[in-house]
Amino acid sequence: MTRTLTGLDAGADAGRLPADRRVLASAQALAVACDGRSVLSGVDMEIAAGEIVTIIGPNGSGKTTLVKALLGLVPVTRGSAGLADGTRIGYVPQRFAVDAVLPLSVNRLMTLTARADSAAIAAALDRVGVGHLRQADVARLSGGETQRVLLARALLRKPDLLVLDEPVQGVDFAGEAALYALIGELRDEMGLGVLMVSHDLHVVMAATDQVLCLNGHICCAGVPSDVSRHPEFLRLFGRQAAATLAVYRHEHDHDHGLHGEVVTDADHDHANHDHAGHDHTHDSHRH
Amino acid sequence: MLDDFLVRALLGGIMVALVAGPLGCFVVWRRMAYFGDTMAHSGLLGVSIGLLLAVQPIIGVAVVVVLAALALFWLERFRWLASDTALGMLAHGSLAVGLVVAATVPGLRIDLMSYLFGDILAIGKGDLLWIGIGAIVALSVLALIWRDLLAATVQSDLAKAEGVPVARVRLIFALLVALLIAAAMKIVGILLVTALLIIPAATARRLSGSPEAMAVWAGLVGCVAVTGGLGLSLWLDSPSGPSIVLAAIVAFLLVLLVTTFRSKNAAA
Ligand SMILES: Nc1ncnc2c1ncn2[C@@H]1O[C@H](COP(=O)(O)OP(=O)(O)OP(=O)(O)O)[C@@H](O)[C@H]1O
Ligand SMILES: [Mg+2]
Repeated sequence: MTRTLTGLDAGADAGRLPADRRVLASAQALAVACDGRSVLSGVDMEIAAGEIVTIIGPNGSGKTTLVKALLGLVPVTRGSAGLADGTRIGYVPQRFAVDAVLPLSVNRLMTLTARADSAAIAAALDRVGVGHLRQADVARLSGGETQRVLLARALLRKPDLLVLDEPVQGVDFAGEAALYALIGELRDEMGLGVLMVSHDLHVVMAATDQVLCLNGHICCAGVPSDVSRHPEFLRLFGRQAAATLAVYRHEHDHDHGLHGEVVTDADHDHANHDHAGHDHTHDSHRH
Repeated sequence: MLDDFLVRALLGGIMVALVAGPLGCFVVWRRMAYFGDTMAHSGLLGVSIGLLLAVQPIIGVAVVVVLAALALFWLERFRWLASDTALGMLAHGSLAVGLVVAATVPGLRIDLMSYLFGDILAIGKGDLLWIGIGAIVALSVLALIWRDLLAATVQSDLAKAEGVPVARVRLIFALLVALLIAAAMKIVGILLVTALLIIPAATARRLSGSPEAMAVWAGLVGCVAVTGGLGLSLWLDSPSGPSIVLAAIVAFLLVLLVTTFRSKNAAA
């Protein structure tokens, strides 16, 4: 099936659980503390091949930390977190910068952690729309170009699990929709799992099988349509969604929301259905 | 031919420069110039200990410098201690201990100047053998860990997530730098060792479009600096270590001038 970003078929096949479900990464009662301060606690989650799981939550809610714990990049304080044996990872970290001291072309970056032949490199770059940047200097790429190149690099590894920490930060409007669509296509084609951190709530709701709403612990989790009605979700995101709607009403086509994200007609409809009429008294993002 | 001290000096210097080039690139990319400096400072303690125990000074240096590298790795865990502070303490602390030991142990005569500024013309056949073996081993090890070390340098989280043994390659790299410094002390001396690591690499940056090309260029620039510096030192009867560093700086400035001029022309 083709996955759209309109939200109309959100979660249509999200609940599918094939008998041969192959778990790629999981956490059990995971707790992580940084410098003695608890960042995550009591997190249980799982992602299997063929699933798109998106982690949402306010800044500082531990999304990146959860991803890093699953990848073995931060020490686990209690519980456990990790990958299934032999899971091949393609990772796009939240922060990536190469400074000009290092002469690194996009072409060389593509084979940073594994060899690849020239045709495969070209195909991966073309697929995310940056084929023309192959000889460019990584230090001189724009933010959005960097994200696309990183995604291409992750794909080139033929991963079982793509781990994307805010993959579309800085990507332009058309590109953002296209990249989310591409991620859906890849899942359908290659059956890979996708674990993603995102702030684009509307897109997340449309293109995701499972949503984890995080704020130091898992506030709520499940298929998007359920999560978007969950009181904890509304408490965390209600105000943003409402504000986005308010901005939208003054425009015809699309506009930029409070956080720079672009609100589309379709997204708007979707958000409207989900949040119309809920109250506007939200004190804080943190609790 | 090896009987000629000039030939020995040239050979030894070139072998060290060929290793210092690629390693220096990583020192520059990873912003570790001060790390090299610290290990070089700890080298003097190694000289004193080597003489105290009546073994080759270069062995004492290698051991102490490697220990210093390990100590730095260990100190990195303490996040309340800024890494440049840890480096500074280790550098000056070990230099001080080295100087005190050198001055107080009776019968221990160290030609301080030759260790501080190097004495490439005093390289013997035995030294040459050791430097040769060390250079071959160091370059082979570096070639083996090259992809992993580069990945860890570009983004260590990404490298680790994708299976690169980041901690291991970083440790191997630190040990390679430590050993190189032990060898290079003989050439340019403690105070100028870091120059041999970073000036050729900085020069090579202007000439290269890939990390691999930069490593090769850095090695070549180092060879030019050693050759030019030795010539300079013969001609002016100047100390060899500083002459080599001076030649490296001249090479850097020349390359800077030429490449800047060229890119201006290309833009016009
Ligand atoms: N290395 C660290 N040392 C100490 N505290 C840390 C460290 N990394 C993260 N934290 C803390 O952990 C909390 C969660 O950080 P994390 O990066 O996981 O948030 P996030 O949900 O990804 O936020 P954002 O949306 O801004 O990316 C933050 O309060 C942060 O201060
Ligand atoms: Mg984050």
